[in-house]
Amino acid sequence: MQDTPLIIAGREYASRLIIGTGKYRDYAQNAAALKASGAEMVTVAMRRVNVMNPDEPMLVDFIKPDETVYLPNTAGCFTGEDAVRTLRLAREAGGWSLVKLEVLSDPKHLYPDMEETMRAAKMLLDDGFDVMVYCSDDPVFARKLEDLGCAAIMPLGAPIGSGLGLQNKVNIRLIVEQSSVPVIVDAGVGTASDATEAMELGCDGVLMNTAIAEAQDPIRMARAMKHAVIAGREAYLAGRMAKKRYADPSSPLAGLI
Amino acid sequence: MKITLNGEDHEVEEGTTITALLGALKIPLVKVAVERNLSIVSRSTFDQVILQKGDRIEIVRFIGGG
Repeated sequence: MQDTPLIIAGREYASRLIIGTGKYRDYAQNAAALKASGAEMVTVAMRRVNVMNPDEPMLVDFIKPDETVYLPNTAGCFTGEDAVRTLRLAREAGGWSLVKLEVLSDPKHLYPDMEETMRAAKMLLDDGFDVMVYCSDDPVFARKLEDLGCAAIMPLGAPIGSGLGLQNKVNIRLIVEQSSVPVIVDAGVGTASDATEAMELGCDGVLMNTAIAEAQDPIRMARAMKHAVIAGREAYLAGRMAKKRYADPSSPLAGLI
Repeated sequence: MKITLNGEDHEVEEGTTITALLGALKIPLVKVAVERNLSIVSRSTFDQVILQKGDRIEIVRFIGGG
């Protein structure tokens, strides 16, 4: 089966891996991990400039926005208004309309507040944004977000930063099957096999931050994730063999001496 | 006169523009956004917008995040 390219909001991506830019030792390590991962898009946050120290290192000096797609997020926002305010500022700062919406609820699990997420998505879409949306793994909300006009559906695999791997494969698969926009597992990946598993379910991509940034060797893990995503995609396209209850010898039985 | 800059009290001369404020703070203009009393200040008007007493100014930029 010929693979079709990943297209988000009209732009084509060769890599199906999106990485974050938080929690790295420094921006130089972050940039090296990005290179090793092959990712073409990174999530970024909007924060106040430190007016006491305007010379502190700037992300844009290490990861160039003209070479890598910046995906401004709303991490840390707990209301729709906060999220919309943050992304309007991001659009003004960067000039891009592609954004990642996440409206959180409880700091303990960082699950998305889906009511607020829906409300904020409407506001952003009305304002001309292309919205990639972090959401629960509920196929009903995923469908509603797609119907609103979101550019990508991004269900969590497990709580943000937990590294627990996909907790609800049934729901992720249901979301993949029903969606006609890209489905990208966002959050919960801990190691390479988790990313492969997401891709084997038919997801269009995987977004991760902590799995790479908090690995003992982030650059090597970034490389592992690159291969993991490719392997999972290839396996999905190849179509796995049927599972059997008993053994089935690989060598022919005929002609045995 | 006093304004609030990124949540802290800050003194500026009367007649200070956004461009002058950024210049005085030595903040590079690359990929920053400015909000004044919850409204975005368009980059093209940084030269014209004059700060008023009590303004609440936010200057933000991109940093690493997940």
